[in-house]
Amino acid sequence: AYKRFSELLPKEERENACSARVPKRQILTLPELRANPFQHRICRVFSTSDDGDDSMSFEDFLDMLSVFSDSATSDIKSHYAFRIFDFDDDGTLDRKDLEKLVNCLTGQGEESRLSNMEMEQLIQNILEESDIDKDGTINLSEFQHVVSRSPDFASSFKIVL
Amino acid sequence: LRDCQQADIKYLSEWKQWKRTSSKSLKKVLNEVKELSSYLELWRHDIHSIEGKFGTGIQSYFSFLRFLVLLSFIIFILMFSFVTLPSIISKYGIFNSSFAKIPPKNVELHCTIYKPSGNKGLTYFYTYLKDLLSGTGFLEVTSLFYGYYTIDAAWLSILRYNLPLAYLLATFAYLALSLLWIIKRSVEGFKQNLVHGEDQFQSYCNKVFAGWDFCITDPNAARLKHRSLQYELQTDLEEERLKRKIAERTMKEKLRIYSLRIFINIIAIAVLSGCFYSIYRATVFSQENSNDISNMNFQANLLVQYLPSMVITLANFIAPQIFSFLIRFEDYSPAFEIRLTLMRCIFVRLANIGVLLFSLWSQISYCATDECKACGYNYKLYPCWETEVGQEMYKLMIFDFIIILAVTLFVDFPRKLLVTHCSCKPVQWCGLQEFGISDNVLEIIYGQTICWIGTFFSPLLPAIATIKYFIIFYIKKISLMHTCKPAARPVRASSSNFFFLVVLLIGLVLAFIPLGISIAHIPSSKACGPFRSFNTSWAVVPDTILELPTGLQQVLYGIASEAFAVPFFMVICLIMFYFIALAGAHKRVVEQLREQLVMESRDKLFLIRKITEAQRH
Repeated sequence: AYKRFSELLPKEERENACSARVPKRQILTLPELRANPFQHRICRVFSTSDDGDDSMSFEDFLDMLSVFSDSATSDIKSHYAFRIFDFDDDGTLDRKDLEKLVNCLTGQGEESRLSNMEMEQLIQNILEESDIDKDGTINLSEFQHVVSRSPDFASSFKIVL
Repeated sequence: LRDCQQADIKYLSEWKQWKRTSSKSLKKVLNEVKELSSYLELWRHDIHSIEGKFGTGIQSYFSFLRFLVLLSFIIFILMFSFVTLPSIISKYGIFNSSFAKIPPKNVELHCTIYKPSGNKGLTYFYTYLKDLLSGTGFLEVTSLFYGYYTIDAAWLSILRYNLPLAYLLATFAYLALSLLWIIKRSVEGFKQNLVHGEDQFQSYCNKVFAGWDFCITDPNAARLKHRSLQYELQTDLEEERLKRKIAERTMKEKLRIYSLRIFINIIAIAVLSGCFYSIYRATVFSQENSNDISNMNFQANLLVQYLPSMVITLANFIAPQIFSFLIRFEDYSPAFEIRLTLMRCIFVRLANIGVLLFSLWSQISYCATDECKACGYNYKLYPCWETEVGQEMYKLMIFDFIIILAVTLFVDFPRKLLVTHCSCKPVQWCGLQEFGISDNVLEIIYGQTICWIGTFFSPLLPAIATIKYFIIFYIKKISLMHTCKPAARPVRASSSNFFFLVVLLIGLVLAFIPLGISIAHIPSSKACGPFRSFNTSWAVVPDTILELPTGLQQVLYGIASEAFAVPFFMVICLIMFYFIALAGAHKRVVEQLREQLVMESRDKLFLIRKITEAQRH
């Protein structure tokens, strides 16, 4: 993993890769993240930089890999998945978050989006299934509950270097 | 997480700290061992790259294929070490071993004449080819077929090796091993399906939150995954709308649809009976005509030999097309349509093998003369009928392999060439071929069922099956990489793993039936094979039990008697009912806890409202 990280840095900074920070656009060139529609959210969630430029240090990189590895428990995975899907960072998944999530899944073009009526029907169904306290949003515990009963989550939420 | 752990360390005593560090290092060691052992796993890198490019659905097909390779190989090792190896050792007299051929008593002489003609003298080259393809001639006398094992007792140095018993027990062992291994693999999938299958309304959350496969690294694959997710969500929503429409159907419409469905099922049964009848006639014709070889030249003879296999392959190809055409008129929901068509195709494939074997047996047991009745089987045409059955299974397997090769070479690759170089409308509309997972899975399950049935009659067949699957893996992989486009309708990995294993289990259970009938009901041939001195192949077991010490005999008789079997069966039923009741109780507890959660949130809202009211005053 250290090798992969140091390859991302320009040549002159490779010796002290432990303390250097890699800017966001370099991270996005990793093959595992390149095709991922959640790449920006992943960088935002795992980056600990103070100036909000979403750069990642080696520690952040390791954090990210450990969450996505096979040995992370489903608690950790669902916790981080919740943070990745929460587009406006308000601690809950409301309708706008879900809409952005579905648009990420279906693709970036105009013709690949669901129609308004379908989107409404879909969000209605999702909230019906997972919103237990019927407040119109999904909080962390509801999300973890629904994900723990999902059979594909563990196998799809992983990245192997 | 790390912060939490570091904060904890300050408060823990030394003993707990030591426990934690030792468990961490143990985990590291286990990880290393797992990593090392994963390098030994067959084709790990290939399957991983397929997963990255085409998703988990197709990857599950290749893991299934790898499982079958391992299973066939283990079956081969079993049969080889317990049956073939002792026979070869005793026949060639290695380690001072010898064997005995005891002519059977109380049997007419004519039943025991068997002269397989291994090729002697000058023969044409094409005879070898014909023998290789149809298992006759020089192959018939090798250890490939049942006829070689005409040994009634073998002595390896001074130990007496009961070959007939070993042959029968090895057969039971490989069947039991396959059964246990498949059940072990499917237990996980079963647990998931039982718990989650009830919750139909969880499917949307599963698709949205766990839909994106984070393993995908290729932008092309990502684009296709986007499209397939969009397609899947749209189909689900449409299905829901359809379900609502169905619930609002009037009585008249319901009547019309049910009568239409019954009519179409009758047509489907007619198609099936047509297939079965044609297989029966083809087998009978092939058996009758392949016995006078002198009147035919090489090609015609080969054609006649392979006629049953060709008819079966044709039926396996045509019947699914007809079924998928018919099901459109039955107006089911799309998911149910797929499942019903799949079930019908599975039934066709497995029943075809059954019909072939049935028609073979009707030929073998057809007895007009008294002499024939004395032997119990048609001794003139089939002095060694087990070898004949083994040859049919061998032909089926070879033909299956040739068809897979031919389809890949002559259909897939030209299609790809045509699509990339010719831009006329109809060709582009056909497009590249999709990797049909269910068709491919049915193909290899069909091959494995043949292997299971055939291993009793031809002990080296699993080796051929292993080599065949090995080559098929690479053929399919190359065909997938170069000629296929990813399926528009994605198949979820969790449900498909379980489904493949269930169908494989159906194939295994169906393989029990012909084997059971051959071993226990049809008299074994008196001219060849290890069961010459017994009535049927099963008769070895009672005979051996009679030779055991009386104490053990009593125990075994006790286990097999009714006094033991009935209470045992009742106890098993009770245990099953207990577990079902337990599962029901757990589900009720889950419902209650859910309701409690809803109550809690309502309490919270109520309290918050009270607080805000109190603050206002």
